[in-house]
Amino acid sequence: MLYESSPVAIAIFAAFVLSVIGLSFYLGRKGQSAQGYYAAHGEIHWFVNGIAFAGDYLSAASFLGICGMIAFNGYDGFLYSIGFLAGWIVALFVIAEPIKALGKFTFADALDSRFNSRGIKLAVAISTLVVSIFYLIPQMVGAGDLIVPLLGLPHTAGVILVGVAVTMIVVTAGMVSTTWVQFIKGSLLVLFCGILAAMILNRGLVVGSGPAANLTPQVRTVTRDGTVLIDGVRQSKDHDLRPVGTLMALPERYAGKNATGPLRPLEYLSVLEDSTIVTWSSAKHTDDAGTHTTFTPVERKGSDLLKPGGYFRGLTTGKLADRLDFASLMLALFCGTASLPHILIRYYTVKDAAAARKSTVVGIAAIGAFYVLTLYLGLGAMTSGALDPTSTNMAAPLLAKSFSTTLFAIISAIAFTTVLGTVSGLIMAGSGAVAHDLVENVCGIPLTDHEKVRCGKIAAVGLGIIAMVLGVLFHSFNVSFLVGWAFNIAASANLPALVMLLFWPRTTKQGIVAAVTVGMVSSLAWILLSADTFEKVYGWSRETSIVPFSQPGLVTIPLGFLVLIVVSLLTPPPTAVRRHG
Amino acid sequence: MARSKSQGPAGTASSRIGLTLFWIYVLLYGGFIGLVLFRPDLLSRRPFGGVNLAIAYGMGLIAGAFVLAIIYMAACRVVERPGPPRT
Repeated sequence: MLYESSPVAIAIFAAFVLSVIGLSFYLGRKGQSAQGYYAAHGEIHWFVNGIAFAGDYLSAASFLGICGMIAFNGYDGFLYSIGFLAGWIVALFVIAEPIKALGKFTFADALDSRFNSRGIKLAVAISTLVVSIFYLIPQMVGAGDLIVPLLGLPHTAGVILVGVAVTMIVVTAGMVSTTWVQFIKGSLLVLFCGILAAMILNRGLVVGSGPAANLTPQVRTVTRDGTVLIDGVRQSKDHDLRPVGTLMALPERYAGKNATGPLRPLEYLSVLEDSTIVTWSSAKHTDDAGTHTTFTPVERKGSDLLKPGGYFRGLTTGKLADRLDFASLMLALFCGTASLPHILIRYYTVKDAAAARKSTVVGIAAIGAFYVLTLYLGLGAMTSGALDPTSTNMAAPLLAKSFSTTLFAIISAIAFTTVLGTVSGLIMAGSGAVAHDLVENVCGIPLTDHEKVRCGKIAAVGLGIIAMVLGVLFHSFNVSFLVGWAFNIAASANLPALVMLLFWPRTTKQGIVAAVTVGMVSSLAWILLSADTFEKVYGWSRETSIVPFSQPGLVTIPLGFLVLIVVSLLTPPPTAVRRHG
Repeated sequence: MARSKSQGPAGTASSRIGLTLFWIYVLLYGGFIGLVLFRPDLLSRRPFGGVNLAIAYGMGLIAGAFVLAIIYMAACRVVERPGPPRT
């Protein structure tokens, strides 16, 4: 059995989750006013805010998705790490200080700071909700994936559990509890990933000998009536898929040995590059009996796994559309970070622009360290003999399980708090958009301080329910892949307006509304018409898709800038508007 | 932070430093993406003996972001330091 829940695992998990919920109730009294609920009174210390940035940003996609992608496909997962971290350069050097100076509670506050326009507030509030919901999906999927092995419960139970827990965190104390949950999660995540990486290096590389070394193909069949068969026999506790991912041979300099012993960080990578590794490919076909997935071992050189092209196959085929797809994704990752509403609102929780800058630097240090560790975690999982061939998202927890059940429980619990931290940030951003932007500013409904908080809490409950439903619907997706969509939409809808507002005095309110709307709609439409969506969501052939490549950023981000410039030039300059208004 | 209203949030000395560092990083990041797209063969090479260029460059980008962030902090501290009182 790949998964078997243990009382220790359940106890550690329960302690983690109850601790963060208990902390939220303890902090509840600090989130009673609107300023406290939405911006933690601007009193969060820059260092705490910096680690909370890491807790906010290092989502299920970073921890579960990237580790899984590296474990199954090699270097290409690390490209996500590079892109995710690079985005912080935009946040620090371009966005951090101005956004702190311009805004109050929400991203719309900043974009509307010069105009007082309901149109801007409406467009930005909708874009905040769309981005937050797209970002919520992979977090909930990751939560569901974690619950299956940890508690032995179905995927749906994990989604509901995280949805309820997060809603409680946000409703109790808003940004105050969200910040501290993210601080705890960010600290634990980096610390325990460091410990896990140290254990990987201490173990070194070992030639596989357990069940994972059995290189016979495996077939998983789901029959028409839902029965699961493994190699033709009904799946049971004693008859399940074998774990996969193993080292086949060490380099020549280790001739006669089956283990390297402890390795230094760069030495680990260099030995792995000269080793032979067995990864597993999967192929699916359907017939009258049901759907069969065949997992076949593939012997590969380490040097092939440690270069680009394992996941982004288009990089090796030379097709222009595939290369554009990759370039588009890397552009979206670079531009997306500084456009994510749940990241941007964290700048309102510190006292001034200097604190915003310092907290971003702390965030970059913590996040950068984590992303370096993902490479070791992913490669460690690849050769751990513990991977589940059916789930890329479970690579990191199963790697921990290859060391001990207790470590597995701790890593799974941290991964779960990872989801809690990020989802609570997203729901905070969404609830602010609903209560502060839509209800109060767009609809013009005057709210007292107390009503504004209550409205935000009701919105948080609604968003929590939406997140749960979407988490169940998208359960079979790799979470990194899904986050790529959120980055594309955020970068296309928000970044052009934000950058031009800061650097082009001729920017008008009509230009901002048009850029946000066109960026959001075009990127969303592109995603819905892309080959990836045709294949993975609709179940249609990739060849029938309408757009030439799947990631929209390369087209829709420049389009946002272009629309803003054209519309701004066609409308009265902002000074004239102000003079008459 | 000392700045005039007319400069706007993007017109300060610290923001000019930030933009300079930003473009430096864009060049580094763009160079990496360019290699992945057009010369992936180079990324398999091991110019430093141990790890290949793909890993060295990737880790360098992550470390480089932190180094530039530290430089930015230090530079901002210098430009935002209050000058000597006028006599």
